[in-house]
Amino acid sequence: MLSTLDMQILEILCEDPKITVEELATMTGSDGETVSKSMERMRREGILVGVQTLVNWERTDRELVRAVIEVNVQPQREKGFDAIAQRIMQYDEVRSLYLMSGAYDLLVECEAATLRELAQFVHSRLSVIEGVTGTSTHFQLKTYKYGGTVFESPNTDLRQAVMP
Amino acid sequence: MDYSKVLNQRVASVPPSGIRKFFDIVQKIPDAISLGVGEPDFVTPWPIRDAAIQSIEEGRTQYTSNWGLPELREHIARYLQTRYDVAYDPANEILVTVGASEGIDLAMRALVMPGDEVLIPDPSYVSYSPCVIFAGGTPVPVRTRAENGFAITPEELRAAITPRTKALILPYPNNPTGGVMSREELCALAEVLRGTDIMVVSDEIYSELVYEGHVHTAFASIPGMRERTITLNGFSKAFAMTGWRVGYACAPRELMTPMFRIHQYTMLCASMQGQVAASEALKRAFLTQYEDVRKMVASYDRRRRLMVEGFNAMGLSCFTPRGAFYVFPSIERTGMSSEAFCTELLESRQVACVPGTAFGESGEGFIRCSYATSIEKLREALRRMESFVRGKM
Repeated sequence: MLSTLDMQILEILCEDPKITVEELATMTGSDGETVSKSMERMRREGILVGVQTLVNWERTDRELVRAVIEVNVQPQREKGFDAIAQRIMQYDEVRSLYLMSGAYDLLVECEAATLRELAQFVHSRLSVIEGVTGTSTHFQLKTYKYGGTVFESPNTDLRQAVMP
Repeated sequence: MDYSKVLNQRVASVPPSGIRKFFDIVQKIPDAISLGVGEPDFVTPWPIRDAAIQSIEEGRTQYTSNWGLPELREHIARYLQTRYDVAYDPANEILVTVGASEGIDLAMRALVMPGDEVLIPDPSYVSYSPCVIFAGGTPVPVRTRAENGFAITPEELRAAITPRTKALILPYPNNPTGGVMSREELCALAEVLRGTDIMVVSDEIYSELVYEGHVHTAFASIPGMRERTITLNGFSKAFAMTGWRVGYACAPRELMTPMFRIHQYTMLCASMQGQVAASEALKRAFLTQYEDVRKMVASYDRRRRLMVEGFNAMGLSCFTPRGAFYVFPSIERTGMSSEAFCTELLESRQVACVPGTAFGESGEGFIRCSYATSIEKLREALRRMESFVRGKM
């Protein structure tokens, strides 16, 4: 069970991951030791899992091919979908992986430097995993928003800089 | 042509806003961090914006009643009743205005006659005094102090009252100080006013933005005060709707009559879309138990603590505000004037603050910093200010 302090820390970190423990303590009306302990516990419990920089690669020269792949699988006795998911997530090409409700079972987001590499990943590695019964690949053409951040029109402050 | 002969001298006598100058400089510094912003850093929640878009699609492009949309006035009545325990009749005691700003002007024009004095806590928002002058009255600043939480005390009020005193403006939670007044403190002011004909214009635009368990009291909810009070409020701060320009004025019918008359002949009504959006904002607040407001307040509260701590840590004593989204630290220790401090800070460290003097003479020795800005920018601004201040003390 997360305390109010835990929740506040998470909210602030989502807004600014570079914040210090002291600043967190000030903002939550707590002290540094309590905040450190809370963060340590949340790391241990797999709640605080990491910090990432969001890059809009489409604005750089780097070639990148991205696709989402719908995967149908034959779930295994005892292990269900987890065993297959475990295997799929090992590949570097796989950026994220979800178990889904609906028409297919797993959603794989993957990326590669070239179309050929991505194609190779799908037909010679993903499709041949035992238990995978079908795949459907959709290429991503453009990123508008990712992880809550708008990519295409970067958030600019539209406010008047100085107002009474 | 000699314009000084043709222009209204009363208007010409009002000096330009002291803030304008800073605005012009900030515009020229692209990477300046502005703590001078006087509005929320949230965009109006999408469902509210969506309601306005829908109203455009439906062709709701007409005037509304001079009073404002009936549905909106019903919501406002319910809001004031349930939230602040004060009852106004939506039929003739609630007037939807173009921002609370219009309400200030209406109140002054409805009340003030030449020679009348209007008491204004100092420092305060920049519009009160000019509106009093435009209406032909005399603004009388009443100095408030950090040690009193920038509240106005009954003694200070009593000392400022003269036979010409027409009204008292009560702007709490206060811009620029962030000061609030408790029910008890307001009751003490009410005792001074009881039995007099002094009116109260209570500008409660920041009523939702209060912290540390402070409970906002509408002045009109204090026994006996409703008859002398014009309550002003709006949607800008609580619902992040500054650009929509929707506020409201509430008062007993006899007081409302002249205000309504001015509004009817000059403004007609606030924009349809603004009113539709405002109506949606309240409807949503009722349904969600003010979830959007609560989230915004929680977010401001964290930043408020960061700023107060930051200023005190750099040696600038900072009163702990319990309202609005401003901190008002004292820069006395630097020995600089507010204006010199802000100008030099902006030019040497690219951080824009507003000198306290923009809000009245009593603002000398203070600066106003808005924390309605991202945590990242606030931290960077504090760092820059710390290095600036270190060289001054």
